[in-house]
Amino acid sequence: MKVAVLKGGRSLERQVSLRSGARVEDALRSLGHEVIALDVGADLVRELRERPDVAFVALHGPDGEDGTAQELLEILDIPYTGPGIAACMRCMDKVLAKHELRAAGIPTPDWVAFNQTAFRDLGAGDALGDIEDRLGFPLVIKPVGQGSSLGVRFAASAGEVPEALVAAFSYDDRVLLERHVAGRELAVSLLDGEPLPVVEAVPREEDRYDYEARYEIGRTEFTCPAPLDADEVAAVERVARETWRALGLTAFARVDMMLGDDGPQVLEVNAIPGLTDTSLLPMAAEAGGLSFEALVERVLELAAPVRA
Amino acid sequence: MAEPQERAGGRAAASPHRRPHSRARDLERYAGLFAARTRVMRSSAMRDLMAITSRPEIISLAGGLPDTSTFPAASFAAQMTRIAQESAAQALQYGPTEGFEETKDCIRAVMAAEGMQPDPEDLIVTTGGQQAIDLITKTLVDPGDPVICEGPTYPGAVPVFCAYEADVHQVATDDDGMRIDELEELLDRLAAEGRRPKFIYSVPSFQNPAGVTLSGERRRRLVEIAREREVLVVEDNPYGLLRYGGEPEEPLYKLDGGDYVIYIGTFSKILSPGIRLGWLCAPPPVMEKVVLGKQASDLCSSTLTQYFVREYFAEGNWRRYIAEVTAIYRERRDAMLEALEAHFPRQARWTRPDGGLFVWATLPDYIDTGDLLAKALRENVAFVPGSAAYTDGRGSHSMRLNFSGVTVEEIREGIRRIGEVVGEQVELYETLTHKQPPSASAARPEAAGSEEGRPDGGTVLPLRRREE
Repeated sequence: MKVAVLKGGRSLERQVSLRSGARVEDALRSLGHEVIALDVGADLVRELRERPDVAFVALHGPDGEDGTAQELLEILDIPYTGPGIAACMRCMDKVLAKHELRAAGIPTPDWVAFNQTAFRDLGAGDALGDIEDRLGFPLVIKPVGQGSSLGVRFAASAGEVPEALVAAFSYDDRVLLERHVAGRELAVSLLDGEPLPVVEAVPREEDRYDYEARYEIGRTEFTCPAPLDADEVAAVERVARETWRALGLTAFARVDMMLGDDGPQVLEVNAIPGLTDTSLLPMAAEAGGLSFEALVERVLELAAPVRA
Repeated sequence: MAEPQERAGGRAAASPHRRPHSRARDLERYAGLFAARTRVMRSSAMRDLMAITSRPEIISLAGGLPDTSTFPAASFAAQMTRIAQESAAQALQYGPTEGFEETKDCIRAVMAAEGMQPDPEDLIVTTGGQQAIDLITKTLVDPGDPVICEGPTYPGAVPVFCAYEADVHQVATDDDGMRIDELEELLDRLAAEGRRPKFIYSVPSFQNPAGVTLSGERRRRLVEIAREREVLVVEDNPYGLLRYGGEPEEPLYKLDGGDYVIYIGTFSKILSPGIRLGWLCAPPPVMEKVVLGKQASDLCSSTLTQYFVREYFAEGNWRRYIAEVTAIYRERRDAMLEALEAHFPRQARWTRPDGGLFVWATLPDYIDTGDLLAKALRENVAFVPGSAAYTDGRGSHSMRLNFSGVTVEEIREGIRRIGEVVGEQVELYETLTHKQPPSASAARPEAAGSEEGRPDGGTVLPLRRREE
């Protein structure tokens, strides 16, 4: 098959995407496919006129993970990997995702979301005290549409909130203030709706509140399968499956959650999770007996011509 | 949950000849082999962000590049042709580790332009000034040894000091360069612990990144301190001849006579960084070890480019070329300072360099320039976040702005865009904290004064405030 691998682009996660793309290309070649590597830019549509049989979307962040690239691929009638447009939009927008989850009865931490206009033109700053009373400290403050840990801050007290908001607004025009849930950090990858073995991330104690440094190899331990008892696995997998349905996901996705005293709570969902050497979805697949090549082949099979 | 990332730079470019990627398990296996000194300070997220700054649509004030576009191509062609015709065999051969005598003659001419007359025996040609920093650190520093440098310091020196596991101490700078009173306090403190720094690293003229110049008085005191306490000073002087205003200050090497001052120079900024030629001047006992270190590193620096330097200097136009680039850089510096006046909010302050390639701007302490870079990249403009110039997380409210490698138009537009994103953040913060919006009042907001002298803010430069 002739496969176009879409990677890079202008998102802040460009480098991760390039690494994902490079690894996918290796796998595709070793599977015997013809590969067209596309670092997406203004000439993407023109390049897609080469008519690949399928497009492998290895883009992360805005443009790639939010349904934009998928929309283009549908217009050009090129089948593509990963979830469809609507599911991508729901996942990339953390607030929309949380509304969908809550509507479906899936636990997700309490939150409040604002855009910059609310603070500038509507005096939302005056409501900060009420928000803080409702959500408590520490608060997690994150940009709504940024796919990585960039711009995510903890605020331990009211005094730290303005600075954290300024940081988060650097990445998006909308930010999310979320109640911090104590517990174990789990990532559940799903392939065609079926959960793969659960990955647990255990940050070093000193990095507990350092989001930026948090997921670097050597500063965080990743365990797969996570040491969970049968009841915990059942609860985590049930929530992951419900999330899959609620957001209308297809092909693959990764659901990030916190497992606290009250069971799992979903933090966010990645429609196009990383596929690099150190990424969690391939780690989970491997733990489930699926090599990276087999994973890529399976993802290709799941690519459907028209979805929307 | 963010994607975990490799600590080492990932291979980004796709080449059909690349070896297939390793799997996570392989990475873990290698991870167990890495020396502790390979741990870098900068997060991989920040590294990824910096990689984006080289995209073509971005106005990058993040570089440190001299402008090589004005170098006369015809003259370059003639010199290389002459080398090919007259000295091909020698120019393609290995050379002496210390460098050719003819190269040293050129170096002595450059140093003489700043009043220095080194003994050729004290000179070694290096692969750029960067290798000189590496060789000195390799020669002098054991893990845990104290090394002192300016805060902020040359960002390229940070990974070198870290690689040799130096215990880095940074002394604050102000408009007159390194604060010598703080240096003495630090030396006393170390002495009380029974420790002595292996060297004090300084870029005294038109410093990278701060753009400031060590005053004559402080220069003399620094040299005295070195003698009194028998501490080596490493003077890194890549920009000394790129002066756009003010009076020249005497190099530390000249003041000291070469006993306690080790001198680093380079052809990168006065000729070309692509030829990778710099030099090091050190007392004979140090030089002996440095030569051994260089042998181990790369045997010798490029003979071909040393031949080029020889031909270029023989032509006799090297000072005229410096005068030409100096005129260009002066215009660009002026454009940057004007643009900063016009577009940066009054809470910001910045240095006014008399030479070199950089301006250092400091913002209110609630703005993190790492986050700001992400916002700036959306407007297609880039700078270096200040934390790269510190080893301890300071500098996060500052940024380094380069004016030598971009046109006047790009500088104006780039600074305008950065000013806009900074202005938005200032406005947002003031709204959130119920400070008066900047447009509503002429009163000086508290934020402008409050970060001055903060012990933890990395904003210890009492920079000149913008005239209102």
